[in-house]
Amino acid sequence: MKLVYFAWIRERLGRAEQAVEPPPEVGTVGALLDWLGETDEAAKLALADRKAVRAAVDDELVDHDASVVGATTVALFPPMTGG
Amino acid sequence: MFVRLQAEPFDPGEELNAFVAGREDTGALVSFTGTVRSTPDRPVETLTLEHYPGLAEQRIEAIATETIGRFDLADLGIIHRFGSLTRGEPIVLVMALAAHRQAAFDAAGFVMDFLKTDAPFWKKEAGPDGERWVEARAEDDAARQRWKR
Repeated sequence: MKLVYFAWIRERLGRAEQAVEPPPEVGTVGALLDWLGETDEAAKLALADRKAVRAAVDDELVDHDASVVGATTVALFPPMTGG
Repeated sequence: MFVRLQAEPFDPGEELNAFVAGREDTGALVSFTGTVRSTPDRPVETLTLEHYPGLAEQRIEAIATETIGRFDLADLGIIHRFGSLTRGEPIVLVMALAAHRQAAFDAAGFVMDFLKTDAPFWKKEAGPDGERWVEARAEDDAARQRWKR
């Protein structure tokens, strides 16, 4: 699974993307965020404020209870500020 | 209908003229231009617009398609920049063309309300005090909610 990061989440993590292999019990975006926080100190800090983390799974904007099973790309980013 | 994402600056006047050229069958054109704001309280020299390539285009296309389906429009055009902008420069242009004004006004407002919250762009301002990410505003979510039906 490829993770891609944007805006201040990318900056706080110090990377724009990474490949990960979460265990099978990591079934949702929320579980993926928990697992990332446990395995990586920078991720724990960058993703601590869950309400400020938005996600897209394979190019679809989703909530934290959405499935990541079989996903190719999961994007994590703060609330959008375009327009 | 067209959607364009670009790093290069654009001229809203030229875009508007090109958009309505030859359209004598429509009576109402509404446009919205969003620009890089710099104020004495919050001086901005440059604005960097980060975007999620692919998904940003796809989301704006989806917003445009929904807008066309919802309002009685003759045409709709959306231009959004990414990359580095300077203060005063246009960021976004929405042009809505219709037979009557209400559909054009509503469509332009609808596009902007959804662009703010649903298109993957992030603004970072740079001024004399350094850099800061622009925070999402609760008002933007509220503005989007008013279109729920």
